Amino acid sequence: MAGPAAAGAFEGIDAEKEALWGFTKPQLLAFGVMLAFIVISPFYLYPVFLMKVLCFALFACAFNLLIGYVGLLSFGHAAYFGMGGYLAGHAAKVWGATPEVSILIGGFVAGLLGWAIGALAIRRQGIYFAMITLAMAQMVYFFCVQAPFTNGEDGIQAIPRGAFLGQYSLASDFTLYWMVAGIFLLGFLFIHRVIHSPFGQVMKAIRENEPRAISLGYRVDDYKLMAFVISAALSGVAGGTKAIVFGIATLTDVFWTMSGEVVLMSLVGGLGTLFGPVAGAAIIITMQNYLAEFGAWVTVIQGVIFVLCVLAFRRGVIGEIGRVLKVRL
Amino acid sequence: MDLFGIPAPLLFGQLLLGLINGAFYALLSLGLAVIFGMLNVINFTHGAQFMMGAFVAWMLLNWLGIGYWGALILAPIIVGITGIILERLMIAKLYKLDHLYGLLLTFGLGLIIEGLFRNEFGSSGLPYRIPAELTGAWDLGFMFMPVYRGWVVVVAFVMCLATWLVIEKTKIGSYLRAATENPALVQAFGINVPRMMTLTYGAGVALAAFAGVLAAPIYSVNPQMGSNLIIIVFAVVVIGGMGSILGSVLTGFGLGVIEGLTKVFYPEASSTVIFVVMAIVLLARPAGLFGRS
Repeated sequence: MAGPAAAGAFEGIDAEKEALWGFTKPQLLAFGVMLAFIVISPFYLYPVFLMKVLCFALFACAFNLLIGYVGLLSFGHAAYFGMGGYLAGHAAKVWGATPEVSILIGGFVAGLLGWAIGALAIRRQGIYFAMITLAMAQMVYFFCVQAPFTNGEDGIQAIPRGAFLGQYSLASDFTLYWMVAGIFLLGFLFIHRVIHSPFGQVMKAIRENEPRAISLGYRVDDYKLMAFVISAALSGVAGGTKAIVFGIATLTDVFWTMSGEVVLMSLVGGLGTLFGPVAGAAIIITMQNYLAEFGAWVTVIQGVIFVLCVLAFRRGVIGEIGRVLKVRL
Repeated sequence: MDLFGIPAPLLFGQLLLGLINGAFYALLSLGLAVIFGMLNVINFTHGAQFMMGAFVAWMLLNWLGIGYWGALILAPIIVGITGIILERLMIAKLYKLDHLYGLLLTFGLGLIIEGLFRNEFGSSGLPYRIPAELTGAWDLGFMFMPVYRGWVVVVAFVMCLATWLVIEKTKIGSYLRAATENPALVQAFGINVPRMMTLTYGAGVALAAFAGVLAAPIYSVNPQMGSNLIIIVFAVVVIGGMGSILGSVLTGFGLGVIEGLTKVFYPEASSTVIFVVMAIVLLARPAGLFGRS
C-alpha cells in the first residue's frame, strides 16, 4: 500500500537533475529564499515568535520524514516533542547543563523513547500504526502527569537559557535566535541528507512498495525503526529547543492535541515535500498567534483546515505551488 | 470481609466501575469495528459522537422536556442522522484514497464538533440526573450496587449481543459481512453497497451516541468526555483486533475489569495499564487477540 504522499502527490513531475548537494535548482532557490528569510526576519519581526516557528518547523520536518518518505503516519509525535522539552528543561535547570547539551539530552532521550515505541508500532501497518503510536503517546502523557521530575500540572518552570557552550549568554532574544536558527538549519539539512542517502532511497522504496522491498532483500523493519528513531530524536531536539526558548516545559506539549497539530502543519504545507512542513508550521503558528483571543474557536478552525486539506487540498501549499510550477519542492 | 487483604466493598466497587468502563469500551470499539469493516475508515469522530449522544440527551431534557427513556431512543437516531450526512458529504469522497486520509478527515471533524460544543456549553460539564425508575441501590450482601450502574452494564451487554445477532444471524447482516469481504462482487449481485456503507456508518455512530446517553448520568456531560475515551478505545481495538464482533465485546469488558482491578492493587498504574496490555499483546500476538493478520 502506497503512503499518502505517494497517492498522486507528484503526478507528472519527472525526476530532475540535482544541481548541488542533492538539491534540484528550484529547491536550491527555495532554500535560498528560506535562508534569506531566516537571516532578515529577526530585524523586522518579534524574535520569540520566529523562534517558535522555527521549533515547530523542525518538529514538522521530523514528522514529515516518517509520513512523507516512509509512508508511516505517527499520531503520537507529541510524546517525543514533549519529552525532549522536559529532559532539556530538567538538564538545564537541575543539572545545570549548557543549553546545547540540554537540547542534545532532550533529543537523545526522545530518540530512545522512539526506539521503544517504534519497535512496537512497526509490528502493525497503516491505520493500526497510527492508533498504536497515539495510544503509546497517551501512555507517555499519563507518565508525565505522575512522574515527579515533570512537576505534574505546573510543569518545569523558569528554565534558565544559560550560555551557549558556556561562553555566550543567551539572555537576549536576538542572540538566542541565532542559536535556534542554527539548530533548525542543521536539523533541516540533516533530514535532507538522510532523504538523499542510500538509506533514504530504501525508505522511499518501502513507501512505494513494501513487499517488493522485502523481496529485494531489505530488512524493512530495521529501516522503518531507524527512520522512526531519527524522527523521534529530531522531534525531541525541537521540543528541547522550545523549552529553552520559553523557559517552560508543560503537559501541553505531550498531549495528543500537539500530535494533531504537527500532522496539521505537515498537511497544510504538503506531505512529502521538503519545504512544506516549514511553510505549514509558519502558517499554523501565525494563525494561532492572531486567533489566540478567540479561545476554543482555534480548535474549530484547525478542524476546518484539516477537513478542507483532506477533501480539496491534499498536496498542501508547497505541493500545490510545485504542481503549478511543475517542480518538486 | 477481606479478600486478598482488600476490603470486599472496595474490591467489588472497583470491579463494578471497571465493568461499567468496560461496557463503554465494548460499545465504542464495536461501533469502530463495524465501521472499519465496511468503510475501511477508522472513525476518529467516534469520541465526539459519543459526546454528542450525551449532549443531545441533555438538550432533549432541558429544551424539550423529553426524559431519559425518550433520549435513549431519540438521541442515537438524531446523532446517527448527522453521521449519515457527514458520510454522504465528506467521508464517501475518500474511499478511493489511502485509508489514512479517512483518519485525518474524521480527526478534523472531531476537532470541529468538540470545539463547537465547548464554545456553546463551556468545558466545566453539565449535570444529567439518573431517571427516577433507576435511582437507589440494591444490597447484594457484600456491597451496595447502585441500580443505574447495574442497568448500564446489563443494557450495554444486551446491546452488544443484539449487534452481534444482527450481523451474524440476519439477512442484512449477511449482506454486510459479504460486502466487507468483497464489495465489488456484492454490488454485482444488485445490492446497493454505497447505501449500505452509509447506513453502516449511521448505525456505528448511533451506537456511539447510545453509549453517550448511557454515560450522561454517570459522568458529567462535557465536551471532552469523548476524546479522553476514544484513545483508550483505540488501544482496546488494537488489543482485540477488529476481526471479530464478540472479540471486541469480550476485550472491552475484560480490559475494563483489568483497569478496575489495577485501581485496587496498584492505583498509580490504573491510567496506563491498558496501554501496557497493548504493548504486551503487540509483542506476543501482533494481529491482536481475536484478529486475523
